Amino acid sequence: MSLDARVAVWQFITAIGTYAAYLWLLFDRAGDGPLVDTAYGDLVAWTVGGGLVVTIIGSIAIAIAGGRSGRLTDMRDKQIARLADAVGASFVTIGGMAALILAIVEVDHFWIGNVIYLAFVTSGLLSSLARIVMHRFGVPSW
Amino acid sequence: MKPTRVENRIRALREAHGGMTQGQLADALGVTRQTINAIEQGKYSPSLEVAFQIARVFGVSLDEVFRYPDGA
Repeated sequence: MSLDARVAVWQFITAIGTYAAYLWLLFDRAGDGPLVDTAYGDLVAWTVGGGLVVTIIGSIAIAIAGGRSGRLTDMRDKQIARLADAVGASFVTIGGMAALILAIVEVDHFWIGNVIYLAFVTSGLLSSLARIVMHRFGVPSW
Repeated sequence: MKPTRVENRIRALREAHGGMTQGQLADALGVTRQTINAIEQGKYSPSLEVAFQIARVFGVSLDEVFRYPDGA
């Protein structure tokens, strides 16, 4: 597995882990009370920030563990990353549109914030998954 | 379905060149071994530049390495 593929797997695991941690902390904080009244901003900040740090540290560790040849990336990796980013970007757009609609119908800001966060997580997951799939099964050509 | 219909003889050419490994070919081209493996298995179409470089490593013409089958 190339460095880019291993990092994609790590990013996928980290994204799932941090969002699961966010949901667990959110529901724990909400307790028996209404979810929309639960403070979520600090949880988003900590899980996003923590996720970034864990992803970066893990990626560096994977690169170091791979040795000199394991750190090499080439045009195929870049091509896969570009295509995967395009896949992930679609969900940022969908999330933005969903948040806009929720704002127009004046839904509680809790849901708007969480829809945006979920869109970012979904975008990251799909982007990582697309990279893993293209590394494993091939890059589509047109 | 394979992502590319371009066929290649890289494996046969490696074997004909003293059993050159995928890693050795990758080093000669400055790409990853995984990329050579993907090209060999038809999972990735290399750029024209890399295709020419592969042919040069084996000292053959481009169409002795790659082939686009009729009707593809």
